[in-house]
Order: sequence, then C-alpha cells, then structure tokens
Amino acid sequence: MSEKPPQGPQQESGSQPASDGREQGSSRRRLLFVMAPLGFALLAGILAVQLLGGEPKKIPSALIDKPAPEFELPPVQGYDVGLSTADLRSGNISLVNIFASWCGPCLVEHPVLTRLAETTDIPIYAINYKDAPDNAARWLKRNGDPYARIGADLNGRVGIDWGVYGVPETFVIDGEGRIRYKHIGVLTEDDVQGTILPLIERLRQ
Amino acid sequence: MRARRFLIGLAIAAVLFGATGAKAFSPDEPLTDPALEARAQTLNKGLRCLVCQGQSIADSNAELARDLRVLVRERLAAGDSDDDVTDYLTDRYGDFILMNPPVKGANYVLWFGPVAALLVGGTAVFFAFRRTRASRLSGAGRGSASAPAPLTPDEQRRLDTLLDDDPS
Repeated sequence: MSEKPPQGPQQESGSQPASDGREQGSSRRRLLFVMAPLGFALLAGILAVQLLGGEPKKIPSALIDKPAPEFELPPVQGYDVGLSTADLRSGNISLVNIFASWCGPCLVEHPVLTRLAETTDIPIYAINYKDAPDNAARWLKRNGDPYARIGADLNGRVGIDWGVYGVPETFVIDGEGRIRYKHIGVLTEDDVQGTILPLIERLRQ
Repeated sequence: MRARRFLIGLAIAAVLFGATGAKAFSPDEPLTDPALEARAQTLNKGLRCLVCQGQSIADSNAELARDLRVLVRERLAAGDSDDDVTDYLTDRYGDFILMNPPVKGANYVLWFGPVAALLVGGTAVFFAFRRTRASRLSGAGRGSASAPAPLTPDEQRRLDTLLDDDPS
C-alpha cells in the first residue's frame, strides 16, 4: 500500500513511447464511442418524430397556389343552387369544405365552421363528398347549414380533381379562385384562430 | 297451381341473376380489351392508395382506391397513354401517389442516399481496418498496441505482492 505512490509515475515514464501510440488509438476509439451513440440517437430521434409527432396521413397538396379545378356540381337534395368554379372567383377569399354525412369527424368540426360563418363574412362553400342525397339533406337539417353554397359530388370525381383522399378537408381559396392552403382532417378552433384567419388576413393585404 | 309455382321460381331466379348481374357490371369491371386491361393493372400496381398508404390501389379495398381504379380504366378506354394517366393523378395528388417516386429533385436523396451511405461507411470501415492491420504488423516487433507489452520488473513485483497479499 505504501509502495504505490512512487510506483505509479515510475511505471508511466518507463513505457513512454508505447503509451503515446496507445493514447492516439484510444482517443480515436473514444471518438468512435461518442459518435456511434450520437449517430444512433439522431436516427432514433428522427424515427421517433416521424412515428409519434409527425402525422403521416398529412400529405402536402399538389394543388397549392394552383387554380381550383374546373367543376360544376348539382345542388344537394332539396337545395336550389349547386357549386361551380365560377363561385370561387367572386373576388372574395373563401373556404371550401369537403364533408359527408357518413363522416364522423365532419360532425366534430361542424360547430367550428358554424361559428366561423356566424362571426365572419368569409363565405364557406362545401362539396358534399360521395353522400346519399337524402342522408346529406337530413344531416344538414339536423346539424345546421353554415355553407354559402353546397355542391353534391355523388361519384367523388370532383373530389379526385381536388386531390381529396379523406374527409373532412378544408381549402382556402383566394379571390381569383386559386387554392392557397389545404387543411386535412378536423378543423379545430385553434386551427381557425392560429392558421386560417391569419392566412386570410395576410391574403387580404 | 303448378304454373304459378313455376312463375315464382322464375321470379326468384331472375332476382338472383339480376343481383349477380349487377355485381358483374360494376364499373370496377375489367376492360374488354386485354391489352388495355393489362396496362390498367400495371398502372394500378404503381399507384398508391392514399388512404392506406402502404398499399397500391390494385391491392386495396378502400373506397378511394376503387374510385381511382375506375378512373384509370376510364382514361385508358378514352385513349390516354400511361403517362397521361400518371400525370393526371400526380397533378392532383403529387408524387406521393406513385409507389416508386420519380428520380428527380429531392428524391435523389431517397434513391441514392442509402447507396451513398453504404459507400461512405464501407470506405470508412476499409480504411479503419487497413490502419489497424498496418499498426498491428508494424507494432508486432515492439510488442506495443496490439499484443500486450511484457510486464516490466516493477509491474511483475507489484503483481506478485498483490497475489501474495493477505486480505486481513
């Protein structure tokens, strides 16, 4: 025990050339030991974000900043007017909401759209996507109709032209009838206040 | 009486045949031209079902996949080329609808990224391996790096004391 302190330094000075080379190798090895877990952590992080945070269902629309597709849809059963491309070029910024009576989430966002229609002058148009005519009429009667105009897309062909792959979807259309934004899924009050209204405000300037 | 029973039987048969007939005439029906139908099926295999994402529209039972199959057949029957059909769909849904994303723009990373990573990693491993082998060969004589150095007299003495050491 008492011999140890003097032994240590002596030993190190004795093997100086060998320990120099060993030091170089070990620092490289230490770098590897740091880099490997770091690289793994980076990869795991990306995968975790994609798996948990990122919503893989949300595919960016190919139609952003392009003119809304040409279409002309008949009215929903019991209504007088349908919806066509010309309605979207009225000079007003408007919303186009894709909905269906068979779509549960549409019912969830319905109060949000209703409030938006009541509190602002933004016209909300709708495409009733692949719905049975009497179901659509009954759904609107029961839940209220916040829409300025509704077109009935019975076979879903206009929906394909709009790049629709799930309901609900909501588009922001500028005054010239160009698609400026697409929201996929339920539109919440936060989406309206945080994204939709600020965007419309910016487009109006 | 027998005639009436016969008529009822005939009516039931008509309903049954009508039902199967209606199914057979759904718009998802294969095209009559076999060459056109073959093209439709090839196209369908290369188009992603956007609802299910991992499947092509040829494999999917989703409503939208069915609608897109109908659309593909309709456009081919109307005389569209294969490229016309894929262009029509990518205009609306973007490149994501293609099972094999086109080799362009940011997709280069997608296509060649793994190969590049393999090359870089392989090169790194190759040089690392060569270096350790070189140092092992050159260091063998001096007994450094790879082979453990023989114990110095000091170390040997320390080892002996440790081994002899009484735990008490």
